[in-house]
Amino acid sequence: MFTILGIPGPLLFGQLLLGVINGAFYAMLSLGLAVIFGMLNIINFAHGALFMMGAFVSWMLLNYLGIGYFPSLILSPLIVGIFGLILERTIISRLYKLDHVYGLLLTFGLALVIEGLFRNAYGSSGMPYRIPEALQGATNLGFMFLPNYRGWVVLVAIIVCLATWAVIEKTFLGARLRAATENAPLVQAFGVDVPRLITLTYGGGIALAAFAGVLAAPIYSVNPNMGSNFINTVFAVVVIGGMGSIMGSIVTGFGLGVIEGLTKVFYPQASATVIFLVMVIVLLAMPRGLFGKAV
Amino acid sequence: MTGFSRVQMIGVIAMVALIVLAPSVLYPVFLMKVLCFALFACAFNLLIGYVGLLSFGHAAFFGMGSYVSAWTIKHWGITAEVAILLGGATGAALGLVLGWLAIRRQGLYFAMITLALAQMVYFFCLQAPFTGGEDGIQQVPRGNLFGLVPLDSDMTIYWLVAVVFIAGFLLIHRIVHSPFGQILKAIRENEPRATSLGYRTNDYKLIAFVLSSMLAGIAGGTKALVFGIATLTDVHYSMSGEVVLMTLLGGLGTIFGPVMGALVVTAMENYLAQFGAWVTVTQGAIFMICVLAFRRGIIGEIGAKLKVAL
Repeated sequence: MFTILGIPGPLLFGQLLLGVINGAFYAMLSLGLAVIFGMLNIINFAHGALFMMGAFVSWMLLNYLGIGYFPSLILSPLIVGIFGLILERTIISRLYKLDHVYGLLLTFGLALVIEGLFRNAYGSSGMPYRIPEALQGATNLGFMFLPNYRGWVVLVAIIVCLATWAVIEKTFLGARLRAATENAPLVQAFGVDVPRLITLTYGGGIALAAFAGVLAAPIYSVNPNMGSNFINTVFAVVVIGGMGSIMGSIVTGFGLGVIEGLTKVFYPQASATVIFLVMVIVLLAMPRGLFGKAV
Repeated sequence: MTGFSRVQMIGVIAMVALIVLAPSVLYPVFLMKVLCFALFACAFNLLIGYVGLLSFGHAAFFGMGSYVSAWTIKHWGITAEVAILLGGATGAALGLVLGWLAIRRQGLYFAMITLALAQMVYFFCLQAPFTGGEDGIQQVPRGNLFGLVPLDSDMTIYWLVAVVFIAGFLLIHRIVHSPFGQILKAIRENEPRATSLGYRTNDYKLIAFVLSSMLAGIAGGTKALVFGIATLTDVHYSMSGEVVLMTLLGGLGTIFGPVMGALVVTAMENYLAQFGAWVTVTQGAIFMICVLAFRRGIIGEIGAKLKVAL
């Protein structure tokens, strides 16, 4: 067994892997929050609840309909995303003319309702979701054993993050979206249906959260609190990264996951608070966040 | 001279009369819970209602106030009023640090930063040895008021809680109607303009934040003495959500709104407690209804009907 800085290698790499996985979820969730914030100017407090809903829908698909992991990787985000579209059309769209604070309060209430309903129906102890057979087992990388499913999560998360980045930065739809974020009335005057764009953005952001939920289901047990456990940390991630840049959200998410993982190795007592400490330092040094634009 | 209009004066007298008469009809412990949360909500309203700052981390001040009051009265054997004041001092000190960090950003970022900082305080309380972790600080004695009056009877401590609440309520009213309070309102309405008039808006915001967190700490400390326990619930972020709910439901920026909101939410929790998570669902639904259809809150709506500021 080899050691690095007095820490056994497998332990170090194991925690590092956990950190990268947490970071993958931070990245996917803060990405959705940033895109939604850019278009709708609301902080979607219900993001964690909808992430949890993504995991639950995949659990329900498996246990009630016998639909397995891979189909539900598509189906669950689709179902929750459509739920998001309905939410935006029926409820959230009523708030655009009001102070932004109301959007936060409304989505906070929404999160309480969704979590409360799931807690009533399924309790809060959590239910296991089996890793699909194709991804069971582990691979020996020489310096550590990599559980296949965890490797898969990191790989898929990176692909999804980059794909989202590419859609927003490199496609025509993304160009319209960015233009509408800058100046919605002007883009509307050019004949772009901005309200529809807003609805699609919300639905897309929610689908991303639900997708993350499906990925998370086999790692963390499926339980009603899994979203709120994550979301407070994700808010700190968003403050650190600033919401101005898509790539910024991705890099910050993964980076903070790694920092958290390393803290677990070197100073475990601080592992729960390290991200918040980073936030404090960033606030002191660069109040706009690492990648933020003026707000 | 008092800064109350005639209608508001009638309201204050009616409220004090109700506080005096209520324990002969209702269970005093329930009333004390309402009064503690009412003070907490009034303190929160000082920020959101008059400075326009939405803090989503007020549980940190309430909870830490509660821990410090409980710990000091249990281990140092100090008198009740000193314990409560120490709770307030803790809230103020914590508010100074957290507020100093959070006012660097505005609007939604301010809300997210306060939430994240309060979450850090929560994790600290979860691990720090003096809070007792998951168990909390239990069997906290109520102590003696001024070292003379034992507070073991519910009715005796009720009067203490009532006085603490009314003093806090009047202090907030005094702050809001002072020249300082007028500047706070100017910042709420138009911060760049207040800056251009020569006011250091960040200093004003920070002072308001510290005052608010101090009162939240006092409310938490009082609650710890009443119930003889300080736990993680008081510092958890759902407590921050609850105080937002109380204030929103009662009416943001109204004098009596937070008190009414605290009464309704606490009563609702008492009656719905047996239905488990339905409390959460109901709270969430009230949030959504308030935001969508009822933004002035109960007291705000009544005031609008009567065309008076309440």
